[in-house]
Amino acid sequence: MKLLNYTTSYFALILIFLLSIWAVIFYIEILDEIYDSMDDGLDNQKMLVIRKAAKDPALLKKNTFDEGNFIITPTSSKTAEKFTDAYRDTLMFMENEEDFEPVRLLESAFRHEGEYYKIKVITSMVEEDDLIKELFFSLIWLYVGLILTILLLNNFLHKKVWQPFYKLLRSLEKFNIEKDTEIKFGSTKVEEFQLLNERIDKLLKKSVESYTSQKEFIENASHELQTPLAISINKLELLAENSSLEPQQMEELGLILNNLERLTRLNRALLLLSRIENRQFADEETVNFNQLLKQINLEFEDLASHNSIEVDVIETAELQYNMSKDLARILVANLLKNALLHTPAASRVKVEIFKNQILIQNLGEKPLNPKTLFSRFQPGKRSHSNGLGLAISKAIADRYNLEINYDFRDNLHSFTINF
Amino acid sequence: MKILIIEDEAEMSRNMQTTMEKENYLVEVVSSYKEALSKIGIYDYDCILLDISLPDGNGLELLKILKDKGLSDAVIIVSAKDSLDDRILGLNLGADDYLPKPFHMAELNARVKAILRRRKFDGSNVLEFSNLKIDIDHHQVKIDGKELELNRKEFDVLLYLSINKNRLVSKTALAEHVWGDNIDQADSFEFIYSQIKNLRKKLTTAKALPEIKAVYGIGYKLISQ
Repeated sequence: MKLLNYTTSYFALILIFLLSIWAVIFYIEILDEIYDSMDDGLDNQKMLVIRKAAKDPALLKKNTFDEGNFIITPTSSKTAEKFTDAYRDTLMFMENEEDFEPVRLLESAFRHEGEYYKIKVITSMVEEDDLIKELFFSLIWLYVGLILTILLLNNFLHKKVWQPFYKLLRSLEKFNIEKDTEIKFGSTKVEEFQLLNERIDKLLKKSVESYTSQKEFIENASHELQTPLAISINKLELLAENSSLEPQQMEELGLILNNLERLTRLNRALLLLSRIENRQFADEETVNFNQLLKQINLEFEDLASHNSIEVDVIETAELQYNMSKDLARILVANLLKNALLHTPAASRVKVEIFKNQILIQNLGEKPLNPKTLFSRFQPGKRSHSNGLGLAISKAIADRYNLEINYDFRDNLHSFTINF
Repeated sequence: MKILIIEDEAEMSRNMQTTMEKENYLVEVVSSYKEALSKIGIYDYDCILLDISLPDGNGLELLKILKDKGLSDAVIIVSAKDSLDDRILGLNLGADDYLPKPFHMAELNARVKAILRRRKFDGSNVLEFSNLKIDIDHHQVKIDGKELELNRKEFDVLLYLSINKNRLVSKTALAEHVWGDNIDQADSFEFIYSQIKNLRKKLTTAKALPEIKAVYGIGYKLISQ
């Protein structure tokens, strides 16, 4: 959920709740006031009628509303004494409107010269009714308008206030530690954002620094390892050559040599990886992948035929791409070698070259985990692999913005490079 | 044949010296830029093995000086750096070869011999060992004057073993030399065995005196009976 939607939804919820309560209270309050004023009017009218009736006893016999707005009926003292003033809403047939109209009615009792009377005074509520209706709708409009205004304002303010934040987010999104060393911050007057920018700047600088030093460390370490490795391997080679060792000791020596050589290959692979990442292969040329793949296939011929593996190179199109020839070779050679080493004996490996794609396919039982497949040190079952081959291919692909994909279908591992 | 080794790592240069001396070369060893400078000022060498990262100077400078003087000494750069720039720069400056560390003794031997061959015996690139005769330029093998048919890989294997005759050649060295760098980390080089088997059969049938001996666990050795 976006920050804006988050605050907006909160705002809307709270506003709806608060404004509803407020609107109801307001409505009731106004309604009450209207009734109050009507009732006061009725009360006043009642007093006037009673006062008038004192002078004009004929009024005491008026028991229809015909032309007046009151009726007086005699009543017993018992009911009159218990009687309290009562106001209520009712409907009454109006001659002019020829319809029942809402009226407010006051019922009261009074005593005149020892006689008890009941009096009903009415007043039309037509206008008041309209007023209430009007009031209700205005309230609704006001309510909707208010909510909309507040939400729009919030939206607008939010965008304005949080602009430096979004700017920062956008540049962070684009930031790539392998390519960029710095990030551009927009200026802001808000102290919190200034602090945020400052902190992130510091953090990034620190990360870039440690990233570079780590890269350099790997490269330097690999370099430094070369000489002691060379010395050890050569010493053992000379030892094996010079001395008349027992076959068993010779075998042990061979084992040590094999492992040192494994270490050498690992070291070379690490060095290569950091070189690719440090972009130390600058010279680019047009590489013909058809030729390259055929040539690599030839180099692997003996390895393949040793395990009775057949490699089909299918060329559906000519594929050329501008990149370092050494890296192009490593990129495809690693994938092909990977296929050759992992396909079961006496099976086929398919290499297909399209206009913008290379497909390398070999038989397999289970799908590999595509998430970890290209990460470093994810060796397969066989221990001779240093687990860096695919990582190197991936690094090369990344270096040239090529896409390298893995798919498993119908017991076939498929690696594709998209150019 | 005089060889000069310019290398600051004492053990590294001792290994190279031993290997070179086994081939009956006259070997001199220096460990710094200064020493090297005075040596090349006085003597001529057939081949110089040059480590370019010296404590007191850049080996590439030495190379420049050598070439500026018009000296014909062959130079093989040995470097722990194996950076493309250095390789290109070195070869452009006139180095004959570039050998990244770590390398196999057999490979060093082969490279030095290849260069010496190129320099000294113009035209006649023939290697002889007992009754075996290898014409490198024409990819031809003769046993007692009779031609032996070999495929390319078999020829390369035999040539490499012959260059390193009487010496132990590890499987890795052989694989990297014959099948290229791509083959590294391949299936523990089992496939080499079938090539060797075929080659042996052909050699025996042709009654060749040199024999490929397996040194179990390490590699092969071409010896003459």
